[in-house]
Amino acid sequence: MATTVVHGVPTTAAPPQTRVYRGIWSWVTTVDHKRIGVLYGVTAFAFFLIGGVEALLIRTQLAVPGNRLIHPETYNQLFTMHGTTMIFLVVMPLSVAFFNIVVPLQIGARDVAFPRLNALSYWIFVTGGIFLNAGWLLGASPNAGWFSYANLTERAYNPGPNQDFWTLGLLVLGTASMAGAFNFIVTIVNMRAPGMSLMRMPVFTWMTFVTSFLIIFAFPIITVALIQLLFDRHFGTNFFNAAAGIDGDTLLWQHLFWLFGHPEVYILILPAMGIVSEILPVFARKPLFGYAVVVYSGIAIAFVSFGVWAHHMFTTGLGPVANAVFLTTTMAVAVPTGVKIFNWIATLWGGSLRFSVPMMYAIAFVSMFTIGGLSGVSHAVVPSDFQQQDSYYIVAHFHYVLFGGAIMGLFGGIYYWWPKVTGRLLDEKIGALQFWVMLIGFNLAFGPMHFLGMNGMPRRIFTYPEGMGWDLWNMVATIGAYLMGFGVLLLIHNAAVSLRRGQPASGDPWDGRTLEWAIPSPPPVYNFATIPVVHGRDAWWLMKHPHRSEREGTTDTDRVDVQLGGRHLGVVETPDDPSRESPAAYEDAHHLGIHLPDGSWFPVITAFGLTFFAAGLIFGWWLTGLGALMMIFGIYAWCYEPING
Amino acid sequence: MATHQELEPGGHAHPGAKEYVAVAVVLAFLTSIEVAVYYIDYVRPWLAHMLLVLSAAKFFLVAAFFMHLKFDNRLFSSLFVGGLILAISLGISLLALFHNLFV
Amino acid sequence: MEHAVASAHAAEHEHETSTGLDNRKLVMWAFLASDCLFFGSFISTYMIYRGRSPTGPCPHECVLNGVHYEGIFSIPYTSVSAFVLLMSSLTMVLALAAIQRGDHRGLRVWLLATALLGSVFVGGQYFEFTTFYHHGLSLSVNLFGTTFFVLTGFHGAHVTVGIIMLLSLLLTSLLGRLPASDSLTVELTGLYWHFVDVVWIVIFTVVYLLPA
Repeated sequence: MATTVVHGVPTTAAPPQTRVYRGIWSWVTTVDHKRIGVLYGVTAFAFFLIGGVEALLIRTQLAVPGNRLIHPETYNQLFTMHGTTMIFLVVMPLSVAFFNIVVPLQIGARDVAFPRLNALSYWIFVTGGIFLNAGWLLGASPNAGWFSYANLTERAYNPGPNQDFWTLGLLVLGTASMAGAFNFIVTIVNMRAPGMSLMRMPVFTWMTFVTSFLIIFAFPIITVALIQLLFDRHFGTNFFNAAAGIDGDTLLWQHLFWLFGHPEVYILILPAMGIVSEILPVFARKPLFGYAVVVYSGIAIAFVSFGVWAHHMFTTGLGPVANAVFLTTTMAVAVPTGVKIFNWIATLWGGSLRFSVPMMYAIAFVSMFTIGGLSGVSHAVVPSDFQQQDSYYIVAHFHYVLFGGAIMGLFGGIYYWWPKVTGRLLDEKIGALQFWVMLIGFNLAFGPMHFLGMNGMPRRIFTYPEGMGWDLWNMVATIGAYLMGFGVLLLIHNAAVSLRRGQPASGDPWDGRTLEWAIPSPPPVYNFATIPVVHGRDAWWLMKHPHRSEREGTTDTDRVDVQLGGRHLGVVETPDDPSRESPAAYEDAHHLGIHLPDGSWFPVITAFGLTFFAAGLIFGWWLTGLGALMMIFGIYAWCYEPING
Repeated sequence: MATHQELEPGGHAHPGAKEYVAVAVVLAFLTSIEVAVYYIDYVRPWLAHMLLVLSAAKFFLVAAFFMHLKFDNRLFSSLFVGGLILAISLGISLLALFHNLFV
Repeated sequence: MEHAVASAHAAEHEHETSTGLDNRKLVMWAFLASDCLFFGSFISTYMIYRGRSPTGPCPHECVLNGVHYEGIFSIPYTSVSAFVLLMSSLTMVLALAAIQRGDHRGLRVWLLATALLGSVFVGGQYFEFTTFYHHGLSLSVNLFGTTFFVLTGFHGAHVTVGIIMLLSLLLTSLLGRLPASDSLTVELTGLYWHFVDVVWIVIFTVVYLLPA
């Protein structure tokens, strides 16, 4: 076989970047997706620790009956903020961290479609997250549950600023999520390497794509609900005012919230499912079983997720017809989910399994999520749900899917992609210990909650009396929670050890299948010296083993037709393995003729402006005015800023 | 860099000023029908249906011609229509759940 | 060793997209699709609460708890303002046609016309709202006041943002910084503007014209 190399032909040398920032300012002004991903990951992890402390306080309070450690009002704030933090400030941003770091690399791109918009998303996340937590400083954190049912949230029943932190905080954070989702939709549609059709994309990229659509269609609904609540609280409207003579319907809140809320839980789980779909094939040394089915199932889950929301409202008296409809749709959404489980199991079947830490987490996802899914299906059965609603059985269910599922999957992603980002491996021994401590702790914490729920323990109670039969399992759950905390500390320890003296990682430490493993670790700032040409699924695996391809039709031929934008451009020879190119190939972007955008101040200025604008409702209109000026300045300066990239 | 391309893959020649004015005239005409029908007591039982049809026609004209969807790549139409269908479906479901769905 | 130079222009033309479609146009359409859900939720709320206010004022003539209320809407008035907004879509698309053929003066004239017509619409809304207020319709008096003002208010806010965008484009053009090669910017502003118009087509029908 003749060795052939694909060259990009630089036309003229790229102009050097005109605005180069150093040190911390380079991080503040960065528009590089890899750095933004790291920022997201670190910030999300910090919020994870905060949410974890909130959880430990809750569990400590509940460890024994009749406990008076925590005041009931504080307790309400703790469980509200624990849920709100974990959902909006941890799981979502951790997923976005991976979207940022991994997706452009997997599709062979140099960055996302809108780098400054990407930075804006991050900075709104930071400022919004801090604002959301600012209530703690006033002793007035949100206190009505993460779902904030009306009309407990109305001014009459909740006069302090607590719920304003929640409403405004989520309005601000929502814009960050939407901006990110728009960015990834355009990136995935428009910036794929030549030859990478949609059905050749890695499954993680597919799940990012589907999740982004869920975000752009679900978040506007909660935006409207939040605006309506805000107006009720501050401008005298009656959206959820059930007073006589007004006759508003508090159930309207629940409908609007869950119309968002149910797609939201799929937003939380699909990225982790994508991660699992990446890890299992690599560590089983087998392609994903039924790639197309897994992709279509993800799409089906997204569609159906918009049709199940009222299963959160079975006990509100919707009537038998509505209940029956939503029972059916909820059962239906379990089907594509189950299909994925079987595809993952089939991927492992007959594979040559390596139980590295990412693999352990992926397998934990499949098993723990299945348990959570089973309890979920039991909720779908309406009469059964009449018993389960508002009990600890529900708490058990969603922690099995969100921690046993999403967090386990995301932690697997941390172990899997850590070498790519940092250039070092995490320690396998510490990692294995950390994994088992977390898994055992998790099951000790949440397994017994099924029993507590079945034995009648309600949610959101700050204490319980002796003699209910709940004492033992509450104590066990608390011990499990502390064990989980220890597991998290072990992860931090592993990270610190790795960064200090971890074993250096090559570009492809796991013998991976997808394009992010085709470049050095950590990647050069421009990702790919030459944009790769893709021949099939598992593009990197194909490049490594061109004659052992199991993909569509490229076994003997080293040639591929290249289509771009619907136009046939010509025929290209198989490229050499890019990671075996000489180090000289990875010179700086300037000499390679690669344009890189400069950093920019305007995303961070605009982000602060938006948060100040919102915060002014609580802290004073002067702040709103200042925020508005900053936003207007930030946006206009951004529009007229030369990009040079 | 490359000059601006007016035609994208899947697109073809688009209307000129004359056609746009014609569409605007039709829109004005449809609006006047809507208003007229509002005042005609005779058709009151059918008013809601007629208004929905007329407004849908106006919606289509603005989207297809002014927003150029008829001549652009179908991806844009799919995106927009997808969001629209979702919004309409959820709206109808909500109305049914609140027992305020008329017809 | 032979080097085959790729006939794929990918590395050269880094701004080529997989679909051949412009990134910004794609994101604008995605944004408009999501905005359907935003307005859809407000419109749904209005529809859910339609006819459910136990006290007046009412949109159309009604009798509630034995009290008779005159309808508060003036259909002739609102028809005129609906017409104005429709015509602004025409001037918008004429502005785009102008810049696409390099007619900068035409661009500026039609942009200004669009902004003016939009301002007439917003001004008309303001006048309409103050009239309603003086007839007793407020945000807090009943469900109709709540849902009507918030829905149409957010629509009006969208129009206002659109007017600011139009004037910004006009200024950019007057400063000589909006070349014909950048007609996409005008096209995208137009898409936003037409969408706002299309939402009003729905609101005018569903809120004003649909019988009680």
